[in-house]
Amino acid sequence: MKILLAAVFALLPLASIANEATPTDLDPVAQKRLIDLASELRCLVCQNQTIADSNAELAVDLRREIRAQIKAGKTDAEIRNFMTTRYGDFVLYRPPLKATTVLLWFGPALLLVAGIVVLVRVMRARRRAADAAETPLTDEERSRAAALLAGVAGDERR
Amino acid sequence: MNKFVIPLAIFVALLAFLFVGLGLNPREVPSPFIGKPAPGFELALLHAPDKRFARRDMDGKVWLLNVWASWCVACREEHPVLVELAKQKTIPVVGLNYKDKPEDATAWLKRFGDPYTLSVTDQDGRVGIDYGVYGVPETFLIDRQGVIRYKQIGPVTPEALEKKILPLARELEKP
Repeated sequence: MKILLAAVFALLPLASIANEATPTDLDPVAQKRLIDLASELRCLVCQNQTIADSNAELAVDLRREIRAQIKAGKTDAEIRNFMTTRYGDFVLYRPPLKATTVLLWFGPALLLVAGIVVLVRVMRARRRAADAAETPLTDEERSRAAALLAGVAGDERR
Repeated sequence: MNKFVIPLAIFVALLAFLFVGLGLNPREVPSPFIGKPAPGFELALLHAPDKRFARRDMDGKVWLLNVWASWCVACREEHPVLVELAKQKTIPVVGLNYKDKPEDATAWLKRFGDPYTLSVTDQDGRVGIDYGVYGVPETFLIDRQGVIRYKQIGPVTPEALEKKILPLARELEKP
């Protein structure tokens, strides 16, 4: 019991460290907006992280910028627009549908459809090949088969 | 025979795409600034903090805005190219000292040479954000009307200078 308590107390400071990174003067709704916005924007310094995840200086500055803009009463669309006029559509993890992004949006569906078409064609070709390979029985074979089947049936009755 | 031709063609096409992708620089994101007016700013001079420089002071000139910092390793690589360019006196180069300490910046310029017509300090990086700066060094070519015509992401290389920046600047200089 004592050991358990000691362990709990030893781990307590970690909880305070975990919370340290979010000093905030925003109300919970605005704070949620900040996090939602920041997690949809790409950090251009470390391109596979969002502004919310990244600790690069630019990401810190941009979080500060978003925070300031939320406080100034800007809408989400205005803040997103602020980002894209500076860094291009590339900062958006959900890029807008445009002529240049059509392939990005529909490419995977296109590949899936192409895959299904190929699969159906291959299966049909195989079935056709199998049908062609199947030659009908001759009369002799037919009577032998009938005799065998009758024999099996006779065995069961016995 | 035909059975193998189509998959092989797809495979070769895929290889070609991947090979081209290998040669692209993922840091070179197309800038939304090309053809747009350069954002206005007014900042203190590095060497005379009581004086201020505004973007509109360069109206009527074709000039380069070079974003740099003393903590930036690639800036050191690019610096001799700028020093060489400054000797030719072909184009004014304004240095935007980005998120740097003024004393570090001046020491750096003293050590490696100062190619800048003038330098301004952007200590909190606000102007950097307005210019969409994400990888120092970055260099903007701005025309007489204050429109951004070209952006170099990463160090200015002699090739980029000779093949892209200076020919375009000469073109813009023409009345």
